[in-house]
Amino acid sequence: MADRKALQAEMISGHSGPAPGHGMQRDLEVCKLVDTTTCIGCKACEVACAEWNDLPFSPTTFDNTYQTMPETRWNFWNLIKFNEHQNPDGTIQWLMRKDQCMHCADPGCLAACPADGAIVKYANGIVDFNQENCIGCEFCVSGCPFNIPRFNPATKRVYKCTLCSDRVGEGLEPACIKACPTGCLKFGTKDDMKFIAEERTKQLRDNFGWKNAGVYDPQSVGGTHVIYVLHDATDPERYGNLPSNPQIPWSYTVWKWLFKPVLGTFALFGFLGVVLHYVTSGPRRTQPEPPAKDGANVNV
Amino acid sequence: MTNGWIDIKNTDMMLIMGGNPAENHPCGFKWAVEAKIHRNAKTIVVDPRLTRTAANADMYVQIRAGADIAFLGGVIRYAVENSRIAKDYLVNYTNASFIIKDGFALPEDGLFSGFDPEKKVYDKKTWNYEEGGDLAGKPVAATPPEKTPPPLPAGAAPPPPALPPNVAFDLTLQHPRCVYQLLKKQYERYTPEMVERITGIPKDQFLKAADLFTSVRKDGDMKKVATIIYAVGWTQHSFGTQIIRTAAILQLLMGNVGRAGGGVNALRGHSNIQGATDMAGIFDILPGYLKMPNPADVDLATFLKRTTPTESKPDPWESFNYWSNTPKFTVSFLKAMYGAAATKENDWAFNYLPKIDRNYSWVNIWNDMYEGKIKGIFAFGMNGVMIGPDSNKNIDALKKADWLVVCEIYPDETSEFWRAPGITADDQKKINTTVYRLPGAGFAEKDGTFVNSARWLQWKNVAVPPPGQARLDQEILATIFLKVRELYKKEGGKFPDPVLNATFAYTNPYNPSLAEVAKEINGKALADITDPKTNTTIKAGQQLPGFAWLKDDGTTISGNWLYCGSWTEAGAMMQRRGTDDPSGLGIYPNWGWSWPANRRVLYNRASCDVDGKPWDPSRRQVWWDEAKQSWVGVDVPDFKVDSAPKDHMGPFIMNPDGVGRLFVPLGGMQDGPFPEFYEPIESPLANLLHPNQSNNPVVKRYKTDMDKYASTGDKEYNIICTTYRLTEHYHYWTKNNPMNVQLVPEPFIEVPAELADRMGIRGGEKVKVTSARSHYIAKAMVTRRIRPMQIDGKETFQIGIPIHWGFRGIVEDEDRTAKTLANQLTPTIIDPNAFTPEFKGFLVKIEKA
Repeated sequence: MADRKALQAEMISGHSGPAPGHGMQRDLEVCKLVDTTTCIGCKACEVACAEWNDLPFSPTTFDNTYQTMPETRWNFWNLIKFNEHQNPDGTIQWLMRKDQCMHCADPGCLAACPADGAIVKYANGIVDFNQENCIGCEFCVSGCPFNIPRFNPATKRVYKCTLCSDRVGEGLEPACIKACPTGCLKFGTKDDMKFIAEERTKQLRDNFGWKNAGVYDPQSVGGTHVIYVLHDATDPERYGNLPSNPQIPWSYTVWKWLFKPVLGTFALFGFLGVVLHYVTSGPRRTQPEPPAKDGANVNV
Repeated sequence: MTNGWIDIKNTDMMLIMGGNPAENHPCGFKWAVEAKIHRNAKTIVVDPRLTRTAANADMYVQIRAGADIAFLGGVIRYAVENSRIAKDYLVNYTNASFIIKDGFALPEDGLFSGFDPEKKVYDKKTWNYEEGGDLAGKPVAATPPEKTPPPLPAGAAPPPPALPPNVAFDLTLQHPRCVYQLLKKQYERYTPEMVERITGIPKDQFLKAADLFTSVRKDGDMKKVATIIYAVGWTQHSFGTQIIRTAAILQLLMGNVGRAGGGVNALRGHSNIQGATDMAGIFDILPGYLKMPNPADVDLATFLKRTTPTESKPDPWESFNYWSNTPKFTVSFLKAMYGAAATKENDWAFNYLPKIDRNYSWVNIWNDMYEGKIKGIFAFGMNGVMIGPDSNKNIDALKKADWLVVCEIYPDETSEFWRAPGITADDQKKINTTVYRLPGAGFAEKDGTFVNSARWLQWKNVAVPPPGQARLDQEILATIFLKVRELYKKEGGKFPDPVLNATFAYTNPYNPSLAEVAKEINGKALADITDPKTNTTIKAGQQLPGFAWLKDDGTTISGNWLYCGSWTEAGAMMQRRGTDDPSGLGIYPNWGWSWPANRRVLYNRASCDVDGKPWDPSRRQVWWDEAKQSWVGVDVPDFKVDSAPKDHMGPFIMNPDGVGRLFVPLGGMQDGPFPEFYEPIESPLANLLHPNQSNNPVVKRYKTDMDKYASTGDKEYNIICTTYRLTEHYHYWTKNNPMNVQLVPEPFIEVPAELADRMGIRGGEKVKVTSARSHYIAKAMVTRRIRPMQIDGKETFQIGIPIHWGFRGIVEDEDRTAKTLANQLTPTIIDPNAFTPEFKGFLVKIEKA
């Protein structure tokens, strides 16, 4: 994996206690702004994402749309969703929305993940997967309210957009931002992006007749580090199933405060069992070394 | 472009029509987005399909393909009726006040005056200005009879009609034969009702669009600016040039030309198509838009007399008539071509230049080859079979050729025309064409310049060397040239002089450095030359700083006068990368170099009122400085800098009349001094303005057995088809690149949902589209972005086909497509002025495959 040393962790999946180093330094929350009203669906972001992350090509088939594929894939993290929306007056709107991990403030994937260190949320808001710690249980897939993490059956690991944590850690913008030709993608601090997004939606309401223009930054997941400017924020679903009220499945939130202590209790019992065994049976005795076979160093 | 890409950010209003910049020019489209965000600029998109650009527009209007002149003519009528015009601009900067000869007739029956139905050409002598000074308030008189010319020597042809030096005019614009009144009358017929019947745009929608676009001239305000942006959606018609003329008229009427954020802006479809045009990649021009000699040009003097315009204007006005320098540009060009062999005594080797005896445009080349008149072809940087029109005819033409040389980076359809679907192994044995395939270099494997749509020359460096045996284009071409020269030297020939004497003085003639070529194109002094006004001297051998230095006495050379100034003694201007933009208008005067003279907005004198003050002080480009007695500004003035406003010199200095032309006199256009709406060659209905003259009268059909056309209102072929490109692919190359193929894997046909429902076609099912020529098979993309239209009250459907797939490529080689070509469908018919084929708006039928 690429270098993320510069980023400090805030939350770590399956990890008890606070994230090491958390709170040592001030870090600004970053944010990607996607202005769907100036996106032209050129797919430069799709290409940049695949190129930067060295994602192998996978075949696609024509599916009655300009959209590259129906959903993101383990090797395609950034997908523009094309939708033809019919307005009540009969006119058609051709909507294009860049779909990728939303980098939630309360990440459902991280809450669901049982593997220590497989999912990390950095202090700057990036939610990142560390495949070397992933156990392939796919809980994160069901934990995500945006249907983003993708399982690769070959490696038995789950993948998704990293918000280019490797680039951001070095002070660069994510690859998709760099590639965007119209400037509909912007990257900066969450406060700045919110400000620009609010200004733009005000402009859309005041000067371009989009009465319901608004910013998508759902508070049901604590806000996201990818935010959208929408022509009509009252109906995000029309942009290719963007949920108006994304929710982390209750089982995963419950798990945090209910099952974790219970499992912790089990763990405690296990530890007590070990102590009891030591007291009753004494320390482990050294086993005799078996002879090495044909140069192979085998420990039994 | 009259303006430039970045300049679009300065606009208040965009009419995007005949182009889809968000799709085909996504990087340039950022400037349209800038205008929206920073100026609240509005966008109107008029297109047969709701495109990626339309998805971003404030108003989308669906139009029938090919009905553009009807729409624009309607907008002109609307602007005139509602006084949304720039009166002062019109009177002073256009030929609105000029009087046209008596006898000129508007095409109320579809024909202008002077049509010869036998030859299908116009006698244009009535398309001319009348002579005679200020006619304001004077009684209207007929044009006085021509003075009897002196008797001609026996056998001499009469001189062609010329523009009068002293044009009759009426600044009140009341004279019934003044251009403005004629224009008004010409477009009176283009009522909103007529626009609706022809274009299929409902009247209320049309009025809304016309009102929005012309709103920049509401109440006579001159501050705001509107731009018109187009591409090949306008040029690829049998009346393409006239569509662009209509746009130019509208922009002149509204006073939008020459101004930041205005203009008529052609978006070029390849990274260097502008450079190819400037350097005469067209048969009828020499570099820098000098005219090509024809057989009647027996010597240089005859040629220069024909091609050098003389000023023609109202007496009290002035005209710079910059083309009066044609002799200087021509002689400098000949000196660049033939060096020491070009002397005053031999007319600067004028007789070395080829003389064009007929039309050698694209479709004619292939037609001539099909008829056996052309025996071989060099295909560099283009895929002739795919380009069409009527790809089958091009394939059959290649079968008849003796040889074919293709320089490419992939095996393409042209070099493998003999493998086209339908050609059996037996057929292949009968094809005797020898094909030479040369491995060329890709754009990143060679240096040199690109000239972008904004006329900017920008140098690029090599990223990677050509792989394997691939070689640079100039290396291949130079090697062939030197070999041919050797043969001429050894064996002689009919006329070896032009080949033997051509200048080829490069350090390595077998692989000329493009920097050397660029310096040669800029030009240098051959002797010390001095400008008496500034008392500066250019020494022999020094690079010239600009085309004002060019001479017609053989002391200067320049391969293209327009590029003179691009590589001077100060260095390669085209390699500059200065990012300062002091004016904030996006001029970037130290970035690259734009022709002419590093001027970013053409005709920028017109950005000021008659007194030389900017119409909008917040976007001032150039202005008259009374103290300095000079034109100054943030851009290079496109004007004679010491011509004071009181002299009333016209801002359109390349025209001999000095003004913007609402009316194009004499031979400027082959099919009319005003644009008139004609139906495409294949149309579902007869022209509603004049059913007896439905098509462009001067357009000729081709006559071979391959050239088939659907009839007007054809019962079988009754669906309108248009072709186009996608963002995800670059012409016929990227079908060889896995990333692009992943983005859009297969060919498809866009079909309106209503039509699909009626025919039981579902998205993803294979359909077959057939025209009078051939068929095309691909999967259907059922969409609501193309709606059925009411054309003259009759329901009419349009479909669309992206052009990118052929019979060689990743999915083609995997047998995942039908291997048909979009241009197998398109008709062999061309615009009479620019000779562009009619790829947009032809007739087809559609069925399940």
